[in-house]
Amino acid sequence: MSHVLNGIAAGGGITIAPVYVMGASSLTAPAKVASDEDHEAKRLRDSFSFTRQELVKIGREATDEFGHPIMTIQTLLTILDDPEIRQLALDMLAENRWTAEWTVEQLVDQLKRLSTVAASSPFWGSAVTDLGQRMLSHLLGEPIPDVAKLDHRAVIVAHEISPTQVVRFDRHLVAAIVTDLGGATSHFSLLSEEFAIPSVVATHEVTKYAHDDMVAIVDGVHGKVILQPSPQEIDEYQQLAGEHARENRDLGKLKHQETRSTDGQRIRVAANISLPDEIDEVVQSGAEGVGLFRTEFMALENGQVASEDEQFRAYKRVVTTMPEQLVVVRTLDLGNDKVINNDATDQEANPALGVRGLRLGLQQTTLLRTQIRALLKASAYGKIAIMFPMVTTVHEFLQARQLVDEERQHLLQQGRVVAENIPVGMMVETPAAVTMADQFALYADFFSIGSNDLAQYIFATDRSNPDVVDLTNGLHPAMLRSVLHVIRQAHTEGKWVSLCGNLAARHVAEPLLLAMGLDEFSVPSDHVLPLRHLVSGLSVRQLQPLLHQALNLENAEQVEQLVRKNLPDLYQNEA
Amino acid sequence: MEKRDFTVTAETGIHARPATILVQTASKFTSDITLTYNGKSVNLKSIMGVMSLGVGQNAEVTISAEGDDEKEAIAAIEETMKKEGLAD
Repeated sequence: MSHVLNGIAAGGGITIAPVYVMGASSLTAPAKVASDEDHEAKRLRDSFSFTRQELVKIGREATDEFGHPIMTIQTLLTILDDPEIRQLALDMLAENRWTAEWTVEQLVDQLKRLSTVAASSPFWGSAVTDLGQRMLSHLLGEPIPDVAKLDHRAVIVAHEISPTQVVRFDRHLVAAIVTDLGGATSHFSLLSEEFAIPSVVATHEVTKYAHDDMVAIVDGVHGKVILQPSPQEIDEYQQLAGEHARENRDLGKLKHQETRSTDGQRIRVAANISLPDEIDEVVQSGAEGVGLFRTEFMALENGQVASEDEQFRAYKRVVTTMPEQLVVVRTLDLGNDKVINNDATDQEANPALGVRGLRLGLQQTTLLRTQIRALLKASAYGKIAIMFPMVTTVHEFLQARQLVDEERQHLLQQGRVVAENIPVGMMVETPAAVTMADQFALYADFFSIGSNDLAQYIFATDRSNPDVVDLTNGLHPAMLRSVLHVIRQAHTEGKWVSLCGNLAARHVAEPLLLAMGLDEFSVPSDHVLPLRHLVSGLSVRQLQPLLHQALNLENAEQVEQLVRKNLPDLYQNEA
Repeated sequence: MEKRDFTVTAETGIHARPATILVQTASKFTSDITLTYNGKSVNLKSIMGVMSLGVGQNAEVTISAEGDDEKEAIAAIEETMKKEGLAD
């Protein structure tokens, strides 16, 4: 028998998937009087600053993934940075001689009930609760009951989900979210606007009826959830989702032909992946290769890196699944905030400008050599290209290329099979690499422009800092001119250029990148077919005047207006 | 001193999300900025202050700024109020 639950529609469409029920326990503090007031005050202050650091990091990761700052994290940081809240907490602790833990509990309680507006805002309530849990986790030294450790696509069912839990989900695995609690201003804005995951909130009792692996239909348009649907109900819902499906089918026809502009330019639309298993989705998506295979998943939680054999199997899995298409693997891009052998004494004041990417690889060559060997071995099974991240000087690139040559010789001497032609290229993400592109083009087989990091370095802005984030706009002529320069220099040497950052998936940027002669776009899988459709309808030649105008404008807003005005058909469906 | 009155039109009043944006906007300026509602004034740079007022729909509020950049501050806050759909 099916069971129907109604809640508040939080948008994102309709889906069917098995259920995964998330645990609902939370950390609590024992009520205690402190023996050492100064010590407790210090612990409280530390938990504020530690939680702040942690949220900045989560915020940066989320910004990288979503391409813009996440509102809920901004709210959490605004609360943490409020000097009045901090003072209130310290006063509470001092006046009552409470422990830091108990003070956090009481503070959360008080913040929730600040006013009728605060008490009735689920967004505020969940933000404050989330913050309290993070601070308690630090103070008690206990992990927060973690986000679902999902290994398959599922409908997440939970009593309540905190904002920071949502941003840490693997979006590819979360088919939908259904909660007991929540309201229009909490999850509505959070889930539908920022994550585009079908969601129904405020069902009051979904956790009472849902069990793991039960099938559920989630209708995020009408706010309806059907547990264990009948075959008839499944049919009905598939019809409801029909229009969407038809649109996808039309796009599906594109899968079986090469992407060409109307004036015959061949453009590759490839996909980005971060885990080996995502290759299945890439094949489904109609992508013409993998433009960026991030390998940071191999950096393990204990500060070590996966063994050569484990790495080899991961790369082999990907190339054997897509043997005819090029798979560009980026070597470990660690450093920054994803530090290996994380030792507090080694922390850099400014990691974005420190030892990261290839800089780290050349310092710890054992790690880099291991990865290169695993890649060379996997090259026997498909088409692999090796790409180095964060390259600043030609010398660095040549050193890295040398390592590839040396390891290839070793393997050949051992009688291993290694592919003959393995393109070795580099990310262009530093201003130095942009201006020296002509020199790099002599030695690199291809370039891949990392627009996220490049924008950060060109505009000298920290992407997780809301005060400067508006400055970092990929449509700004400063960015466009840089990208065009790189493409021209590469083409002079007969090399190809890909772009793998968020800019490649921005609708307004795509016609301009096409006009510049970009050879490959590398985008998230779900963006592949829409982009192939767009490219197939545009002429590179006819876009030249538009590009010329855009390059000579003053700012990103003008560029955006220009493109929208000149190509109104492309953007009519966008709000 | 620079001052501006607003009628809050947003259905849910000044809840957490617009409060975040207002506080972030106000914090960019050096002037002292206050939000007054129902005879009570709070520091607009404190999200606790803003949330404690409980500003609902149709509330009449006053925002005032005093300092070197008071004019710019009020202009930026007015823009934010409109952009966030808090006031017309």
